[in-house]
Amino acid sequence: MSGIAPIFRKEMEDHFTSVRFVLITALILMVGIIITSMVGMGLRSELEGYSKPPFVFLLLFTATGRFFSFAQFIGFFGPLMGIILGFDSINRERIGRTLTKLLSQPIYRDSVINAKFLSGIGIIGIILLGMILLICGLSFILVGVVPGGSEIMRLFLYFVITLVYVSFWLSVSILFSIIFRSTATSALASLALWIFFSFFLGIGGSFIADALAPLKEGSTVDPAVLLRHERIQRIVSFFSPISVYTDTTSILLDPLRKTTKGIVLMGPLERLSISRFQGPLPVLDSLLIVLPHVVSLVALTLVCFAICYFVFMRQEIRSA
Amino acid sequence: MEEYLIEARGLSKTYGNLKAVDDLTISIRKGEIFGFLGPNGAGKTTTILMFLGLTEPTQGMVRVCGFDPVKNPLNVKRRTGYLPEHLGFYEDMTARQNLLYVARLNGISEEEATSRIERALEEVGLEEVADRRVSTFSKGMRQRLGIAEVLIKEPELVLLDEPTIGLDPESTIHMLEMVRSLSRDRGMTVFLSSHLLDQVQRISDRVGIMIKGRLVAEGPIEELAKRKLGVEREDYTLEEIYLKFFREA
Repeated sequence: MSGIAPIFRKEMEDHFTSVRFVLITALILMVGIIITSMVGMGLRSELEGYSKPPFVFLLLFTATGRFFSFAQFIGFFGPLMGIILGFDSINRERIGRTLTKLLSQPIYRDSVINAKFLSGIGIIGIILLGMILLICGLSFILVGVVPGGSEIMRLFLYFVITLVYVSFWLSVSILFSIIFRSTATSALASLALWIFFSFFLGIGGSFIADALAPLKEGSTVDPAVLLRHERIQRIVSFFSPISVYTDTTSILLDPLRKTTKGIVLMGPLERLSISRFQGPLPVLDSLLIVLPHVVSLVALTLVCFAICYFVFMRQEIRSA
Repeated sequence: MEEYLIEARGLSKTYGNLKAVDDLTISIRKGEIFGFLGPNGAGKTTTILMFLGLTEPTQGMVRVCGFDPVKNPLNVKRRTGYLPEHLGFYEDMTARQNLLYVARLNGISEEEATSRIERALEEVGLEEVADRRVSTFSKGMRQRLGIAEVLIKEPELVLLDEPTIGLDPESTIHMLEMVRSLSRDRGMTVFLSSHLLDQVQRISDRVGIMIKGRLVAEGPIEELAKRKLGVEREDYTLEEIYLKFFREA
């Protein structure tokens, strides 16, 4: 592909020297270290005198110390990272009138958008990988545990899925930077979408669930209605990449969790089987549970990027 | 057989109801300086964008450097240098870095790029400020940097869109000198759009006059003068000819 390499190189240089890169890295680094230290020290004092249970290492990512866990933090902050890296990628060039210059060079038009997308993913990957490795290092020091093979596998899957998740937000913000001429508008549009998915979709879900399957207060709850209520809420939440991502990573990082569902109705037989089989799941089985989630997350990202691509290729580039 | 670098036949571009370019047929010979005249909004920029394959024609065909810009834009862009009316540079990069980026986009090797950039900077007289950020540059310096960007590509054809607009008299003269040297010393073909008539008259071999998307006249200035003003007159200016066409249109 003609032209990807030089644009990719320049975009990476731009990212690395930009203030915003320093800011988001510093923020993630700071919050990550604080959370991990708190969780790590808590674990150490709790484990004093006991032999270490299996998978204590992954607790560093999932245990919610005093505020929230690292995984929750990334679930919440990851979108912001993608948005910050992408919201002005195309319209900045348009405002600076460099887009015409760029496109009058012998490069394919799609190289521009591919290179911008790839460089964003590269930066996100570097920050995330650095952070995960840092937490691993802290775990040696604070808790004295070393990750085993399956834990490393789980962390790797977590890394890949987080990369896809943040890339989704990157492509959303790139799409807005193609559609809107002003960088402020594209930033606000991306943020609005993020806030909608983070807060309002959850509220909307419980609202719809209350309307369709109302739970009467005070009286004993009919399990069937409760289940229906829960199911409606879940269906609504599936429209939000944030809850899809949170479900996925909570399963992947916790071998003891066997379902993403919040409520499971159990008969005597299920109760027996649950108490018999308390053991952790193999990595592959955890992955199988969330496979639909993973597929839909990847599909969302690809669809969003495809729309970017399509809109950008058909757009008039006239500077006027 | 004369060799043409641009050949357009029946080229049209419509935006909704507006005919930006209407049935343009034009041929540009190798090595000449062609002045493309017209008031603002006559379709000059649209024409240039169609030559580069940056805008698709609604109708008609065009061949630039022997290639169809719609089907083969890369081959056209490789051989064509384009100086847009509104120049854009990466403001927080230095002049040299901006040029290096363009060289990389053109697939020029680093070694070759360094020497071409050195030569181009010298030629446009920017070698002393080469390591300053472009954000500190004046309009005239930006324009010269734009020319340097065209030079490092070493193109066969140069498309200049209003190259002297907004320049002070001294920079304008310098600019026209550079344009002339592109053609005389380097054998490049220059297609120059402008509405500043005396400047075009000074450097062009042939001119075309575009009004409301239609090419109303085309040829050497003397020929147009004979046709429009009568045979006897010697002291014609391009302005007179142009205004005459403009009133008739």
